Amino acid sequence: MKEKQVKISLSHVAKAFGKKQVLKDVNLDVYEGESVVIIGGSGSGKSVTLKCLLGLTEPDKGKIKMATENIGMLFQGAALFDSLTVWENVAFVMLQKKHADRTAAKKLAIQKLAQVGLKPEVADAYPADLSGGMKKRVGLARAIATNPEIIFFDEPTTGLDPIMSDVINDLIVDCVKKLGATALTITHDMNSARKIADRIAMLYDGEIIWVGTVDELDKTKNPYVRQFVAGSAKGPIQMEVKAE
Amino acid sequence: MLNRFFSFINALGRFVISFFRASGDLILFTAQTLLYVFKAPFYIGETIRMSIEIGFYSLPVVALTTVFSGMVIAIQTYEAVSKFSAEGAVSMVVLVAVTRELAPVMAALMVAGRIGAAMAAEIGTMRVTEQIDALSTLRTNPVQYLIVPRVVAGTLMMPLLVLIGDIIGVCGGYLVGVTKMDFNATTYLVNTWNTLKAMDIISGMTKAAVFGFIITVLGCYQGFKSKGGAQGVGQATTNAVVSSSILILIFNYLLTELFFKM
Repeated sequence: MKEKQVKISLSHVAKAFGKKQVLKDVNLDVYEGESVVIIGGSGSGKSVTLKCLLGLTEPDKGKIKMATENIGMLFQGAALFDSLTVWENVAFVMLQKKHADRTAAKKLAIQKLAQVGLKPEVADAYPADLSGGMKKRVGLARAIATNPEIIFFDEPTTGLDPIMSDVINDLIVDCVKKLGATALTITHDMNSARKIADRIAMLYDGEIIWVGTVDELDKTKNPYVRQFVAGSAKGPIQMEVKAE
Repeated sequence: MLNRFFSFINALGRFVISFFRASGDLILFTAQTLLYVFKAPFYIGETIRMSIEIGFYSLPVVALTTVFSGMVIAIQTYEAVSKFSAEGAVSMVVLVAVTRELAPVMAALMVAGRIGAAMAAEIGTMRVTEQIDALSTLRTNPVQYLIVPRVVAGTLMMPLLVLIGDIIGVCGGYLVGVTKMDFNATTYLVNTWNTLKAMDIISGMTKAAVFGFIITVLGCYQGFKSKGGAQGVGQATTNAVVSSSILILIFNYLLTELFFKM
């Protein structure tokens, strides 16, 4: 059987901000076509891990390898460009090319918008005119616009109602499958993690302390994972209530 | 007593370190921007859009500032020189004051308030809403896409704004001179024309280009480095206007020394 290629590899990644050691020793491999979700509490280092992966922050130690530069990213707040219309946001990469064909770019953007369940009329609207759920969909359309090999999702369901969260989760699964892409998601929404993930990794105190499938998640005896999944205040995970 | 002394030294040390850190950061940011001015891709559309925003839309405020400055200079000069029966110097003083100092400095301060603040707020908002991070993930260099067009537009448009400001400011002096001081219109214009030296215009426009660069670099820098949500963006906007206004006045002195010190 053909062994699957490692698409994303984090090896002994560490990152500190001043005296605060956010990431201590993060190790994780994500394989081709796989969807991995990193879960963890607030301040556990999920966002910093993602920023290191995207090259927005330089890790102090360790190695990050990605098999491709063709990536897509759905930001927590969608991060749509306010000054551009919806279709210009979706077709942003195409429009930056020399002698870009705007008509073709718009056509493609409308196709991508349809893929995330948005009508062509939305194409000429500005992000300020959209609801939170629609913004997320447009963000997703932009993330998949270049048919990326790797897609990152940053808290894809944060700020959405449960129904819209489920719609977004379904769209993520659908888009990733259709593209055959590798996906890495960070979230603390367990419903989302269960729906999206092939494997789940738990980040705690700057380290990946547990990795397993959704089935294994429910059976694990790891007290940190059990506490997090149960959403209980009692257990080994003590939340910081004061800023350091 | 000793504790107070040490805490004073501590605070002073922190201030000095943060000042040099911020200065170094700004110098690196400026150097990076200058490097990308000459490196493809060039965002011509963005540069034209920013040129219209800076040049065209700042025209009313610059025109108002310079026309009233020219009028005030004419009145004050007339008040001063009429004691020595040297009223003929009014047109000369208006011309020199407007072209060398008033038009570039007043226009720059107005543009710093209008454009510098807007740039800091816009880019700052883009920073805190992750739009700048999004640019990086979309294979677009944020400095090339956001900063370079603004800096190029500011540096090129300010001299044009000041040139128009020169004409309007001199017209302001002319209006007051002819209507309030009973100067002969033709004589006033001939005197102005005869006094006019290319160096007056060139120095004013050179200052304007430098001021345009300062306003846009500082506006973009403050926005680009802002953090902490709405409060951070507000702070960036204030910093952009205050720091560029101070630097405009400092550089005005340095450039005046450079051009006119014999």
